Amino acid sequence: MKTKIISTPIQNEDLEKLEIGDIVYLDGYLITARDDVHQRLIKQHKELPVDLAGMAIFHAGPIMQELEGQKGKYKVISIGPTTSMRMEKYEKDFISQTGVKVIIGKGGMGESTVKGCQKHKAIHTVFPGGCAVLAANCVEYVERVEWLDLGMPEAMWVMRVKEFGPLIVSIDTKGQNLFEINKGEFNIKKDSVLEEICQHVDYLD
Amino acid sequence: MDKVEQREKFIDIMARFTAYTGKHLPDDVYVKLKELREKENTALARIIYDAMFDDLEMADELDRPCCQDTGIIQYFVQLGTQFPLIDEIEDCLREAVKKATLIAPLRHNAVEVFDEKNTGNNVGTRIPWIDWEIVPNSNAATIYVYMAGGGCSLPGTAKVLMPLEGYEAAVKFVFDQITSYGINACPPLLVGIGIAGSVEVAAKLSKKALLRPIGSRNTNPRAAELESSIETGLNAIKIGPGGLGGESSVMGVHIEQAARHPATIAVGLSTGCWAHRRSIIKINADMGYEIISHKGAVL
Repeated sequence: MKTKIISTPIQNEDLEKLEIGDIVYLDGYLITARDDVHQRLIKQHKELPVDLAGMAIFHAGPIMQELEGQKGKYKVISIGPTTSMRMEKYEKDFISQTGVKVIIGKGGMGESTVKGCQKHKAIHTVFPGGCAVLAANCVEYVERVEWLDLGMPEAMWVMRVKEFGPLIVSIDTKGQNLFEINKGEFNIKKDSVLEEICQHVDYLD
Repeated sequence: MDKVEQREKFIDIMARFTAYTGKHLPDDVYVKLKELREKENTALARIIYDAMFDDLEMADELDRPCCQDTGIIQYFVQLGTQFPLIDEIEDCLREAVKKATLIAPLRHNAVEVFDEKNTGNNVGTRIPWIDWEIVPNSNAATIYVYMAGGGCSLPGTAKVLMPLEGYEAAVKFVFDQITSYGINACPPLLVGIGIAGSVEVAAKLSKKALLRPIGSRNTNPRAAELESSIETGLNAIKIGPGGLGGESSVMGVHIEQAARHPATIAVGLSTGCWAHRRSIIKINADMGYEIISHKGAVL
C-alpha cells in the first residue's frame, strides 16, 4: 500500500503508478457532481458551468450553510461520499467528455467506468462512507456554487481542499477494480454459507 | 399549559430531538461499532474504523450532522389515545421537521415526485413519513425518529415467493442482495427482514425490524435462531467496513413477521448503515420527556 498526495491540475503521470488499495490525498480543486450533473451533461447535452479537465469530482451531496450577511457565500457543514454505483450509467462518457482525472465516492463502480478510467487515465477512489465532518474538515473554502436550481445535494459545489482523504484507490488506470475482486470473494464464501443455513430452515409442516 | 403552549413545546422538543438524531448515534449502535472495531486487524479496515470514530467525535465537538445525508425523516409513533395533542400531532411533526432543517442544519432531501423539485425544507407529499400505532389507555407518545439515508435505502427490496420455494429462497434472497448492493451501503450494516403474506407488509416489517435494539432477538425461537444464523453467515463473508474486507459484515440481523397467506411467503429487506440514526423519545401529557435511545442526552 502506497500513500501519496496529488494536486490539481492532475497529470496522467500522477496516476499511472497507482494501484488499487493505494491511499492518496488530494490538494486543490474538488467539485461535487452526482446524479443530476451527470444526466444534464450526458443525457441533456447541457454545457457544464465548471471546467473539469484535470480536476477531481466528488460524488457527494453536502450540507452547506449560507454565511450570515454574505449572500451566495457558503461554508460546508458535512460532506461525505454518496454511492458511486448510481453514476455508473454515465461515468464513462462523463470522463471522456470532461477530462476529469479523479472520481471520489463510496462503494464500487462497474465495468464501463473501468474502461473509461483505463482509456483516459483516470481513477476512482473511495472516501470512508458516512465520515462527513471528517471530510468537511479537509475543505479550505467553498469558492462558488453552480446549478443551485438542482437543490443543495445535486448542485455543483466548487471547493478548495487540503489533504482531502484518505482516498482508497478502487479503480486504477490499469483496469483493476478493487470492489469487483472483493465481490468475487464474497460470492464464493456466500455459496458455502447459504448451503449450511438452508439445511436448517425447512419449517414447512 | 394551554393547547397553544403545548403545541409549541412539542414542536420545539421534536425539532431539537430530530436535529440531535443526526449528530449522535444511539448507545446500542455505538457500543456495537466499538466491539466490531476491536476485532479488525488489517490496515485498511482499521483506517476505515478510525475515520468513523474520528468523524463521530468531530460531529459531537462541532455540533454537526455526522453524515451529510440526514435522510428522509421518518417518525414511527406509538400514540396514546389520551395524548393531549392527538388531533394535531401530524401537523406538529411536519413543523418540527421544518424547524430541525434550519437549526441542525439538515440536508434538503425531499424531492417532489413528478415535479422533480426539491422542497428545500424536508417536508413534502406524505413526508415526513409517519407510521402510527395506537396505544390504548395511555396519555403519552413514544416516537422513534429514523433518518432514512439514500445509501442504505438503496439495497431495500421485497419479493413474494411461492411456499414450495421455502424459507431457503427467502434466505438466499437476503444474501444475494447484501453481497451485491449491501457492500455499497456503508457496512457494517444492520439488516432488517420482514416475512409476511404480501409485499407491503413484509417491507414495512423489515423497516420496523431496524428499529429494535441491536442484538435483541425475535420472541419466536425459530425466528431467533434464523436471525442468529444469518448474522453468523453474513459475518463469515467478511464484507468489512466500507465493503473493503474485514472481520465482520453486519451489526446485527433482525426479523419481524406477520402471519402469511397459505399461498405466499413475502420477504422484505431493509438495511441500516453503520451511521444508523434511529432515536427514541417518550413525551408525556405534561410535555415532559425522556430520551430512551441516548443516555444522558441534552437537547
